[in-house]
Amino acid sequence: MYNPFSLSRKTILVTGASSGIGKATAIECSKLGASVIITGRNRERLNETFSELENEGHNQVIADLCETSSLQNLVTGIEHIDGIVHCAGITKNIPFQFATTDKLSEIINLNFFAPTELTRLLVKNKKINKGGSIVFISSVSGVLCSAPASSMYSASKGAVNGLIKGIALDLAPRGIRVNSVIPGVVETNIFEAGVISEEQLEENKRMYPLKRFGKPIEIAHSVIYLLSDASAWITGSNLLIDGGLTLQ
Amino acid sequence: MELQEFISNFADQFEDTDASEITKNTIFKDLDEWSSLLALSVSAMAEEEYGVSFKGDDIRNASTVEDLYMILKNKS
Ligand SMILES: NC(=O)c1ccc[n+]([C@@H]2O[C@H](COP(=O)([O-])OP(=O)(O)OC[C@H]3O[C@@H](n4cnc5c(N)ncnc54)[C@H](OP(=O)(O)O)[C@@H]3O)[C@@H](O)[C@H]2O)c1
Repeated sequence: MYNPFSLSRKTILVTGASSGIGKATAIECSKLGASVIITGRNRERLNETFSELENEGHNQVIADLCETSSLQNLVTGIEHIDGIVHCAGITKNIPFQFATTDKLSEIINLNFFAPTELTRLLVKNKKINKGGSIVFISSVSGVLCSAPASSMYSASKGAVNGLIKGIALDLAPRGIRVNSVIPGVVETNIFEAGVISEEQLEENKRMYPLKRFGKPIEIAHSVIYLLSDASAWITGSNLLIDGGLTLQ
Repeated sequence: MELQEFISNFADQFEDTDASEITKNTIFKDLDEWSSLLALSVSAMAEEEYGVSFKGDDIRNASTVEDLYMILKNKS
C-alpha cells in the first residue's frame, strides 16, 4: 500500500514514553511499522505504553536521563537506530524573581542537557543510521513567544532551538536530519503537577483560534512526518503546531 | 510558621498594593493587583520560605489571606 509516512524497517528511540506526547508518539510509531525502543523512569507507566504498542520487536528501558550512568546504559543497549524522539521534559511555572540557578538547572538539565548528551553519545558511537531523523519536542514557548512565569522553561526550549540548527549542519554530511516540533499547549499530565487552576486553563483555551488545546496524538503525527522519508529534505526546522495561537 | 510573618511575605509579592491594605481578613482575589502571575509568585514564595507548595485549587479554594496560611500550615 502506498504510504509515504510509513516507518517500516525503522527503529525509533522515544524518550518520555511513559506519559503524554512520548506515549502517543511511541504507540503511533508502532502502528506505522516502526520497531520502537521506549524509555522513561516510571516502570509501571512505561510498561503500560509497552503493552499498547502494535506489532513485535519493541524494547523498553528504564532510565533517568539526568543520571550519567543511566544515560550511558541506555546508549550501550542500543545497536542501531533510524530515529530519536526527545519527549522527556518538564515545565515549571515560576515567576522570574524566584528563578534561582538551582531551579533553572533542574529544568535545563532535563529539557536541554539530557537530550543533547543522549544525541551526542549516539552520534559519537555511530549508532544512528544514514537517513536517520532526530526530533526534539520543543515548544512555541522560547521559540516564538513565552508566557507569564515561564522564563526558565522558555530558556530551555530556546536553547534547543539553537542546538537543532547547529546539529543539523554537523550531521548533514552523515545524512542525518535534525528538527523540532513546537507545540502550543497539549493536554497531558504536564499541567496536573503545576499550580495552574482549571479556571486558568479554560481561560488559556480561549486564546487559541481553534478554541482548544492540542492532543498528544496530533503532536505524534507531526513527529511521524519528520521521522518518515516524506520529510527527507527538511532539516534544522521547527514545525509549528499550535492551533493558531501565535497568529495574533 | 507565624501568621504575621506569612502576611508580610504575602504582601511582599505586590508592587502597587500597600502592605497596610493586607491583613489576615483580606479577600485577596478582590485586590486590583491580583492576577494569575501573582498567584504563582505567592506559590513560589511559599516554597522558598516554607518548603511547601500550593496547588492551583488550594489558592482557588482560599478566600482570605488567613485561609491560605491555614492551608500552608496543614501541609507543613
Ligand atoms: N504538554 C504541553 O502542553 C507541551 C507543550 C509544548 C511542549 N511540550 C513538551 O513536550 C515534551 C513532553 O511533554 P508531556 O506534556 O508529554 O509531559 P508529561 O506527560 O509530563 O511526560 C513527561 C515525560 O518525561 C519523562 N521524564 C521526566 N523526567 C525524566 C528524567 N529525569 N529522566 C527520564 N525521563 C523523564 C517522564 O517519565 P516518568 O514519568 O517515567 O518519569 C514522562 O514520560 C516536553 O519536553 C514538554 O516540554 C509539552
